[in-house]
Amino acid sequence: MDILDVARWQFGITTVYHFLFVPITIGLSLLVAVMETMWLRSAKPEWLRLAKFFGKLFLINFALGLVTGIVQEFQFGMNWSDYSRFVGDIFGAPLAVEALLAFFLESTFLGIWIFGWDRVPRKLHASCMWLVHIGTLASAWFILAANSWMQHPVGYEYNPDTGRAELTDFWAVMTNKVQLVTFPHVVASAYMTAAAFILGISAWLYTKKRFEQDRSMYRMGIRLGAVVALVAGLAVSITGDFQGKIMTDVQPMKMAAAEALYETEASEAPFSLFTIGTPDGKEEKFSITVPGLLSFLATGHFDGKVEGINDLREQYKQEYGQDPGAAYYSPGDFTPYIPVTYWSFRFMIGLGLVVAAGAALVLWLTRKGRTPTARWFGPAVIALPVIAVAANSFGWIFTEMGRQPWAVFGLMTTAHGVSPGVSELEAWISIIVLTLLYAVLAIVEVGLLVKYVKVGADPFEEPPSPTLGGSDEDEDRPLAFAY
Amino acid sequence: MELTTVWFTLIAVLWIGYFTLEGFDFGVGMLLPVLARNDRERRMMINTIGPHWDGNEVWVLTAGGATFAAFPEWYATLFSGFYLPLLLILVALIVRNLAFEYRHQRPEKAWKDRWDLAIIVGSFLPAILWGVAFANIVRGVPIDETKDFTGNLFTLLNPFGLLGGVVTLLLFLTHGAMFVALKTDGDIRLRARALSVQLGLGAAVAAVVFLIWAQVETGNVGSAVFYVLAALALVGGIFMARAGREGWGFIGTFAAIALAVAGLFVGLFPDVMPSTTDAAYSLTTTNASATDYTLKVMTIVAAIFVPIVLAYQAWTYWVFRRRISEHHIPEAELEAAGR
Ligand code: HDD
Ligand code: HEM
Ligand code: HEM
Repeated sequence: MDILDVARWQFGITTVYHFLFVPITIGLSLLVAVMETMWLRSAKPEWLRLAKFFGKLFLINFALGLVTGIVQEFQFGMNWSDYSRFVGDIFGAPLAVEALLAFFLESTFLGIWIFGWDRVPRKLHASCMWLVHIGTLASAWFILAANSWMQHPVGYEYNPDTGRAELTDFWAVMTNKVQLVTFPHVVASAYMTAAAFILGISAWLYTKKRFEQDRSMYRMGIRLGAVVALVAGLAVSITGDFQGKIMTDVQPMKMAAAEALYETEASEAPFSLFTIGTPDGKEEKFSITVPGLLSFLATGHFDGKVEGINDLREQYKQEYGQDPGAAYYSPGDFTPYIPVTYWSFRFMIGLGLVVAAGAALVLWLTRKGRTPTARWFGPAVIALPVIAVAANSFGWIFTEMGRQPWAVFGLMTTAHGVSPGVSELEAWISIIVLTLLYAVLAIVEVGLLVKYVKVGADPFEEPPSPTLGGSDEDEDRPLAFAY
Repeated sequence: MELTTVWFTLIAVLWIGYFTLEGFDFGVGMLLPVLARNDRERRMMINTIGPHWDGNEVWVLTAGGATFAAFPEWYATLFSGFYLPLLLILVALIVRNLAFEYRHQRPEKAWKDRWDLAIIVGSFLPAILWGVAFANIVRGVPIDETKDFTGNLFTLLNPFGLLGGVVTLLLFLTHGAMFVALKTDGDIRLRARALSVQLGLGAAVAAVVFLIWAQVETGNVGSAVFYVLAALALVGGIFMARAGREGWGFIGTFAAIALAVAGLFVGLFPDVMPSTTDAAYSLTTTNASATDYTLKVMTIVAAIFVPIVLAYQAWTYWVFRRRISEHHIPEAELEAAGR
């Protein structure tokens, strides 16, 4: 492996790892805010207990999202300095704005939410979690604008004197058509993931004998999680369909790679659900296909034309020249690594559908006050959040690997972005250190989550009556929350 | 004023925000084994910074992002050049941040001890390394004509750089002790106050030597003014702490750090990263900057949001203004049961 491989692996590992926690943060901040607001409205103690219980799990998850996010911010400069030079004029702005608008908001108001139960009035306390949620959405918006620009550069001009892409229209970057379909898709999948998290854990606790007295509360968690997961699941499919069309428009090669479609289909391109054979498409042993579905996904018509890899390769050669520069791709070859794109696309959709179907099944099983008692219920439902997280990872692996060999589509290849000044030794040190550290942290995090899930929600306790800043007679009371 | 100068100033402001704020929470972390005599006192110390450390840290993320946006070449050269120190800082910040969140999640002593170690080491490393990095930025490092750093780790570990590390270390320790004195009550408050005076004297000696050296290497009239004011603020802070005026003591170290960093940036201008290979290869506010259009967009965003951020961050310090005493710390056992 040379430095390019190491840098790519490191980017893949750190970003996928970051994105294990991000969807849960985005979705759970919303759902915890909803629970706390429901408590304020209905005065049902169950809502507060749920809000506090999932709030605690949220914090454990948030901590890891946060620390892995710091690595993201630094690694563009560390491993991808030539890339940073090339795109900094455009790409840097969303990152800076993200920190200024989103991270300050999240971190500050989360601090008040954690420690402020006895310091700020109740409505203000709930608003803090809403603000955290708005912060996560802002964060997702700006980072996705940066990523969408890499998928489909707009609002820029290439300056041959400085040898870089320069921003000409910030608004165009913010309203990039790729961004407009990506943001809803990512946010919907985050809601689905967090809802599955609440659904899974509530269902598991619901079936435990020792929590029998809390069944009505966990049932509320189950119903909330299942409804949101199902609705968000629908939204994910609809927005994903939009994305497919935009993707076919701006990166036709990615759609062809998603399907491992080598020869152009003039009409009624079939979608293959499953295939066994050589992934380069030369030989097929077994496959199941749905006629016309690929055409529909790509163009919106069952008889639309879908271009194949071989034709596209010729087209790209005409347009972008002979050599995209990456050592791994033979000269003139603009094809991503097909087995990864083919399977990750299918796993994203397939696993996501499993979650949505699971949520629908749970809703049916718990309809009109019914109680599912089957032994498999708890363990099966608690698998849903894990499946949802996996679907997210596959989606990103598809998106990013499908863009290869480009780092910025049509402008800069990944191979040209890597830092020239960094030695192989340095790159190896950092990938090994970070990967080992991440592995240890994963164990710690899962251990803590399991520990708190097993304990279940705490008994209801009326939060201390809060005044802004605390009145004098409150001064001697212990802190409502302390590290 | 040129937009590039505006952004040079804004980035200086972001770093000042970072060092003055996270400076004290690094200090509190490092002083855990020194000031606290038992778990309850450790928890008192950690809880003084509990609601704030995350917000403090965002200053560095914003500084990094702003550098990327306003001076892409600076971001690229700096971050790829100072690779290993930055990696160490990242690892330190990761374990330290998690320690704050995870330390209280289990009652076992071994668990707490391990996370305490993470807080202590995770505060020490960045406190030193940021100083080393900054001293090297100011003094200059080998940069070639393609704007790439050509040195290695040992290039950075020169006497001036190491002294810079010692200075930030001592300043942050003093700043942290002042903060503990300001935010706690009881015995630990008195110990923190006494320690802040001792540490402050050490910091003052190291800082004066370093700032004179910096003045000789890169200084101008402006930086000299800042350095003198920084020294005065530090000495004033120490006297105030000695006299039992903790608030003024903290303001003293706060101002000293802010003024010293400001002075370094004034001395640096108009370079952002001088080259020791050939002055012609130095990165400057003009040859490392983004386009005027990008700077304009960013200026509008910053003009609106920096004041808002300052306002709500200041408000959280007001919300959590109460001093923490022993009886404010809930029983550990209750906590462990998960509340
Ligand atoms: C729970 C997660 C999840 C689920 C169930 C789905 N997706 Fe998805 N998908 C993502 C999570 C995701 C993602 C991780 O959030 C991605 C990666 C990049 C992005 O924009 O969203 C993504 C990307 C992504 C892309 C690539 C966009 C691009 O590279 O330009 C397409 C075409 C789709 N999705 C289409 C679909 C369709 C048609 C789905 C179902 C019918 C679907 N996705 C379900
Ligand atoms: C959070 C979800 C994301 C995931 C899971 C993800 C995943 C990946 C993966 C797996 C690669 C490696 C591709 C390869 O080596 O062939 C990659 C490359 C890259 N991605 Fe992403 N990505 C995500 C979001 C982003 C975003 C939001 C950005 C921009 C802000 C981004 C920027 C990049 C860059 C610069 C590369 C270059 C390295 C390369 O292509 O090898 N990614 N990403
Ligand atoms: C689709 C891609 C991404 C999304 C939606 C996203 C979103 C988020 C969210 C919601 C957080 C809040 C904390 C948490 O996750 O628990 C976060 C943290 C963070 N993310 Fe990401 N992120 C993405 C990828 C990236 C990338 C590529 C970068 C690098 C520039 C990045 C930088 C950060 C940083 C620095 C933090 C820490 C913020 C803090 O201190 O609160 N993220 N991100």
